[in-house]
Amino acid sequence: MRDVAIIGIGTTKFGEIWDASFRDLGIEAGLKAMHDANLTGSEVDGMFIGNMSSGRFINQHHIGALIADYAGMASRNVPATRIEAAGASGGIAFRQAVMAVASGMNDIVIVGGAEKMTDVTDEATNSILDSATDQQWEATMGVTFASLNAMIARRCIHEKIVTREEMASMAVNSHAHGALNPDAQFRKAIDLNTVLKASMVADPLGMFDCAPISDGASAVVLCPLDMAKKYTDRPVKVASSAQASDTLALFQRKNITTFDATVAAAKQAYSLAKIEAKDIAVAEVHDHFTIEGILALQDLGLFKRGEAGKAVMDGQVMVGGKVAVNTSGGLKARGHPIGATGVAQIVEITKQLRGDADKRQVPNAKYGLAQNVGGTGSAVVVSIMEAI
Amino acid sequence: MSVARHWRETPGRYNLIGVKCGNCGKVFFPKRTLCPECRRSSMGKMNAYKLKAEGTVFTYSIIHDAPAENNSIKPYAVAMILTDDDVLITGQLVDVELEKVEIGMPVRAVLRKMSEDGETGVINYGYKFAPKN
Repeated sequence: MRDVAIIGIGTTKFGEIWDASFRDLGIEAGLKAMHDANLTGSEVDGMFIGNMSSGRFINQHHIGALIADYAGMASRNVPATRIEAAGASGGIAFRQAVMAVASGMNDIVIVGGAEKMTDVTDEATNSILDSATDQQWEATMGVTFASLNAMIARRCIHEKIVTREEMASMAVNSHAHGALNPDAQFRKAIDLNTVLKASMVADPLGMFDCAPISDGASAVVLCPLDMAKKYTDRPVKVASSAQASDTLALFQRKNITTFDATVAAAKQAYSLAKIEAKDIAVAEVHDHFTIEGILALQDLGLFKRGEAGKAVMDGQVMVGGKVAVNTSGGLKARGHPIGATGVAQIVEITKQLRGDADKRQVPNAKYGLAQNVGGTGSAVVVSIMEAI
Repeated sequence: MSVARHWRETPGRYNLIGVKCGNCGKVFFPKRTLCPECRRSSMGKMNAYKLKAEGTVFTYSIIHDAPAENNSIKPYAVAMILTDDDVLITGQLVDVELEKVEIGMPVRAVLRKMSEDGETGVINYGYKFAPKN
């Protein structure tokens, strides 16, 4: 297997982007990444696209062909593959691309993640999010995606793993960082009371415990590490990328206060990268709901079980703390265009490891981690990047 | 949802019929072809098993932001129920004051209307959970 490097990154702004279509967003992110990698386009020999539900959001399937076409790659017959794994679509598309380059099958691969969510009503969007659950035995019963996470939160509070206030502080952390990211959907700091007093979505989770509905796309370009210097002076090494599955339905789990798939993916990712959790300086975690962010910090081994909430409350996951978490603003403040999220996380970690993160820069970061989740922990991908 | 898609699940939806692995004895709901513990050794041995219709609330949520078809009943409670077979099952809580729902509350399964396909379409029924007393 060959070592793999990230040689280019690009992203659109995230938010309600009325004047851009799905293909506009995808191409903007892709072109920025190509430009960043100093590519003309003729070097690319593979494409992977993470997307959850273009079929329901814009009534368009077959988006591998769509993006290849509008990226000018169809004229060169470059293969393009769409990956779907609900919220983990982008992160798993990235992992597929890493494997394609590591194996020797491809040399220069572009990975995109994109979702256009605001062309349908909020109600339709919620119904699409609910399809990441077990449609037949969860959603059909009147359970929503938010309420499944609320039930995890309720159980965690009951078992004294986290308090309501500690959970809420996860959103405060993400917003504080989002305020420093010009591409974030919400560039505004908030206080704990804003989270605690927000209108209820699914008790105990309120509006500010939940990531927003967003449009957006992100892209990265990969190549073998030993070719990277040909394209850029500042490659970032992909130290590892690991993926794990769990049951589709939450009620099939033995324990709902930990995501076993995160634990399994993290264990393999650390092992392949030959590092430990304590070596991570900066992490992007999947805080679609505040409780998911708390669980991630524990399941990734960044904090002990029962101690993550207090750490967030104490500012230990801010830039300058023990480990900087969601410096991009996370899903909560950067925004969560579903298929784009996993790739946007890689973009942020790459910026941090290159020293390009401006006001939210973590000084001298050597290792950065991205954790991307599909459904209620049913698919998880953990990737570790290394500054070289 | 098509009539057939709901109809083919009626044993589970109406009578909580799951399966018991003839190899290890573990109970699963809904039915599945393969035991996730025994895998191939369970082939052909996943026998129909009727769950005990009683249990306790393991965790719950009150839904305020509801799917369109449930807008008329919001806010409403949903829960994961730990049945007396030690199996978790997710469903709606009914016949209960929302502020009285709590973890550990004893409940029993009841057959209720789940949804309907418009004014002239089929009405779908299935399990929900109500306080035991």
